[in-house]
Amino acid sequence: MTLSVTECLLAASREHHDLDDYAGELSRWCTGCGDNAILAALQRICRDEQLAPERTVFVSGIGCSSRLPHYMKTYGFHGLHGRALPVAEGIKIRRPDLDVFVNTGDGDCCAIGTAHWIHAIRYNMNLTVVMHDNEVYGLTKNQTSPTSPRHLTSNTTPRGAYLEALDPVSTTLAVTNVSFVAQCVDWIPELVHDVISAGFHHKGFSFIRILQRCPEYLDGHFDQWKSDPERILLLRHEDGVEPSPELSRIYRNQIVHDPADLRRAQEIASDRDPIPVGVLYRNDDVPCYEDTRRADRHYGPAEIGQALEAEFDRFAIRPANNNHDGGGR
Amino acid sequence: MGNTTLRPQTAPAGTTPIEVDEHVIDVVSDSGEGAQKCGQSLAAIAARSGNGIWTVEIIPAEIQPPARSIAGASGNRVRIGRNRVTNGGDAADLVVAFNDQVLAGRVAAGELKPGCIVLLESMWRDDPDPAIAAGYVSVHDALVADGHPVYEIPMEAECLQIVADARRGKNMFVLGLLCHVYGLDTELADEQVAVALAKKGAAVVETNQRLVRAGWQWAAQHLDVHFRIPATPPKQPQIVVSGNTALALGVMASGMEVCAMYPITPATSASHYLSEAFERVGGLVHQAEDEIAAVNFAIGASYAGKCAVTITSGPGYSLKQEAIGLAVMGEIPLVVIDVQRGGPSTGQPTKAEQGDLLSAIFGSHGDAPKVVLAVADIEDCFYSVITARKIAEAFNMVVVVLSDASLANAQQPFQRPQFDPEWLAPPIDQSPVPDGLAPYDWDDRTGLAHRFIPGQPGGMHTLTGLAHDRDSKVAYDPEVNEDAIRRRSLRLAAVARTLRPPTVTGDQDGDLLVVGWGSTRGAISEAVERVRADGHRVGALHLKFLQPLAPGIGDILGRFDRVLAVENNWSDRSDDPIVDEDNRRFSNLAWLLRARYLVDIDCWGQVRGQPLRPGAIAHAITARLDNERRTRR
Ligand SMILES: Cc1ncc(C[n+]2csc(CCOP(=O)(O)OP(=O)(O)O)c2C)c(N)n1
Ligand code: SF4
Repeated sequence: MTLSVTECLLAASREHHDLDDYAGELSRWCTGCGDNAILAALQRICRDEQLAPERTVFVSGIGCSSRLPHYMKTYGFHGLHGRALPVAEGIKIRRPDLDVFVNTGDGDCCAIGTAHWIHAIRYNMNLTVVMHDNEVYGLTKNQTSPTSPRHLTSNTTPRGAYLEALDPVSTTLAVTNVSFVAQCVDWIPELVHDVISAGFHHKGFSFIRILQRCPEYLDGHFDQWKSDPERILLLRHEDGVEPSPELSRIYRNQIVHDPADLRRAQEIASDRDPIPVGVLYRNDDVPCYEDTRRADRHYGPAEIGQALEAEFDRFAIRPANNNHDGGGR
Repeated sequence: MGNTTLRPQTAPAGTTPIEVDEHVIDVVSDSGEGAQKCGQSLAAIAARSGNGIWTVEIIPAEIQPPARSIAGASGNRVRIGRNRVTNGGDAADLVVAFNDQVLAGRVAAGELKPGCIVLLESMWRDDPDPAIAAGYVSVHDALVADGHPVYEIPMEAECLQIVADARRGKNMFVLGLLCHVYGLDTELADEQVAVALAKKGAAVVETNQRLVRAGWQWAAQHLDVHFRIPATPPKQPQIVVSGNTALALGVMASGMEVCAMYPITPATSASHYLSEAFERVGGLVHQAEDEIAAVNFAIGASYAGKCAVTITSGPGYSLKQEAIGLAVMGEIPLVVIDVQRGGPSTGQPTKAEQGDLLSAIFGSHGDAPKVVLAVADIEDCFYSVITARKIAEAFNMVVVVLSDASLANAQQPFQRPQFDPEWLAPPIDQSPVPDGLAPYDWDDRTGLAHRFIPGQPGGMHTLTGLAHDRDSKVAYDPEVNEDAIRRRSLRLAAVARTLRPPTVTGDQDGDLLVVGWGSTRGAISEAVERVRADGHRVGALHLKFLQPLAPGIGDILGRFDRVLAVENNWSDRSDDPIVDEDNRRFSNLAWLLRARYLVDIDCWGQVRGQPLRPGAIAHAITARLDNERRTRR
């Protein structure tokens, strides 16, 4: 059957998605909240990749940042505080055909969800994980987070945080099976897009930490870096991200960093001044859990019936009187 | 040391076998000596001959308890009956012990009937260590003084004639002994050995068959203990599995494809078995980093596909509670299996208790309606999982299946299931969602809604654990919140509408109704039969569905003068001086039924870590009835 031109055009337009097709509810984040930049980047990536909204799932935990799935017009799963990763793994294990993104906060990921974060790195499932790191608890109104710098005052540490901050990037790089780690700051939209996009293209667990401004509770916290491009270190490489000429004019503090170099990545990772941005590490050879577990196997009633019969045979009590054929099954 | 002489202190039986309806036989050893395999093989042989059987593993609390220790008994209890056996029964009629200390442990725990026959390894009497020899003599003499016929058997010496390491052979020697004592077919024993040791190769099988025959011959020459338990060979093909294996088979048969778990006794063996079996049907067992991860993983899998299952025990169940609430809120089908153990806290990992009923029903914070059902026996473990999956997907609900340690490792034959493709989950719906349909299109009457699965065009929405409206939009509006809670609750009423009134066994009205749930069904009905034989009018009601409760229960309760809930969990004893009717804490089910039916339900239970015994239940029932009679007078 041939389609008329209008039918073809209709079909094509139905299949082509523009930005609006990914825009869910209007975001309710505070004005100037860095989460907005991450949302914009994700919508652009969906559009650039022409992801089918129905085959895309954004999974999150609880926190300001975890509201993000509501602002997308894809499938979304806004679960429990700290538990986004196991939910995303469960989705991916049975549905490797879906593109699954995870949005998680620093409390969500590095406090209550720590066990899941470490193990998710080890499972290395094909997930794109964006950690919105505002270095404070936003939703619960200004408490210290594991990533808060020492001496930061908050409602739970009015005299300043007692502990050194946990560094999520170094930590991730130290875990068995780490396969992709990137970092960016929310105020360089082009780069936010590019690092998340690189993560999306990597097959495996892509961990992307975005330093994110929270003007509500940490107003000015990142100002010294934001106002001085020299205090941003741009990591460039053909296997990572290559900044545009425009960007390079502003951010001139650049080095070539080969994402295959884990040792070097670990050295760079914990630097805070300048803040390294770009792809720190990438290894395409780490097996994905869903592949190892052969998650794409699906069996129908005939196979299940057969397998069950074989199991029942194993446990069968053969009546004693009608066969004495010795052992066997 | 040579052949120690046999010392039967009393002659229990002549050479002609004594016919009995049933016997409870314990085989105990240090762990690693194979008493479990001996007991299981004995049970299998009896089952194949057509006897009813029930086996319970005797498990020491530690992996490697010290040898010859009172707490170290490892082995099997086998109850063999003329008819179908529904529970582990009371104390033992006959016990075989590989050393005096594990036997002493069993005696101290009250596991021996008065007059229980004892077959005891005699080597310890001549042990070079005088302390060991003295210990043996003291246990032996105490048993004899208590009137137990004790047969001292040189198991070690006899086995050494066949194998170099008697520790690896005694169990089969004892199997041969027991086959002779119970007049079981040696050919069947040979076959059983071949099946049980198939993996170990022909030479091992042959040696073990020789050991079995040696035991049999030794008994023929030296033992005057002979019983016969009449058997009727089964007409239908049967299978014999443990409760946990039956649960795992049920998972396969229900078409669930993902089981996420974290190891915990006594639930783990279900996942062990499933891990292997799933390899052949494309499902997978995911061992998560903890129970919270396991349940969330299962929820993710369910959300994006077929209903998934997570298997755990009490401590893990507690950890899963928050996520269970999420599944309730999101209306995600999910099966949660809780193989209960002794609680609270780490409690008694290997021991039986039914203490999780109320936390299963009410555990998650807020109003989180879910279906809770309990398995009654081994066969029921299999079918309950299939039922649970069906309900979970038909109503988009969480279904909790409660089993417990008394079934986990117990074995009982049942009719071989006939696979029915209807058991399986249908393929997931990936068709476009019609325009205008909302993700929570709650039906006004039943509260039921559709389930949109990722991949369905037009169904995009964000599922959330926050209060939400029909469009799955976060909503703090008072009307919307109350309406949503109402609909989620209505679905339980809808499930209840599909249930049939339960049946009462024993008397249909009269003096006392015993109500129970879960694994105690067999023991309760046996107890009720015993009490009825004494002339009391007593009925038994067993509840499979605990939430929602089936219709008609109120009427049943009303037909009896008194109602007694019998459970393997704690209830305050009314005779404790500071306990009165205002502060007495009831057993789990008693709380539930009192609240629901406004009936003054009494309760009786134990928390001894053991399955409830029919004898103990019968005793409790009789005491209640006598008490009643006294107060009436
Ligand atoms: C089990 C549980 N504990 C605590 C909370 C409260 N809570 C919600 S969000 C949050 C922390 C949010 O911080 P973060 O993850 O950094 O996200 P942000 O709001 O900063 O984006 C906490 C403690 C909760 N929802 N659930
Ligand atoms: S509180 Fe902070 S993190 Fe939360 S929305 Fe406002 S600015 Fe963003």
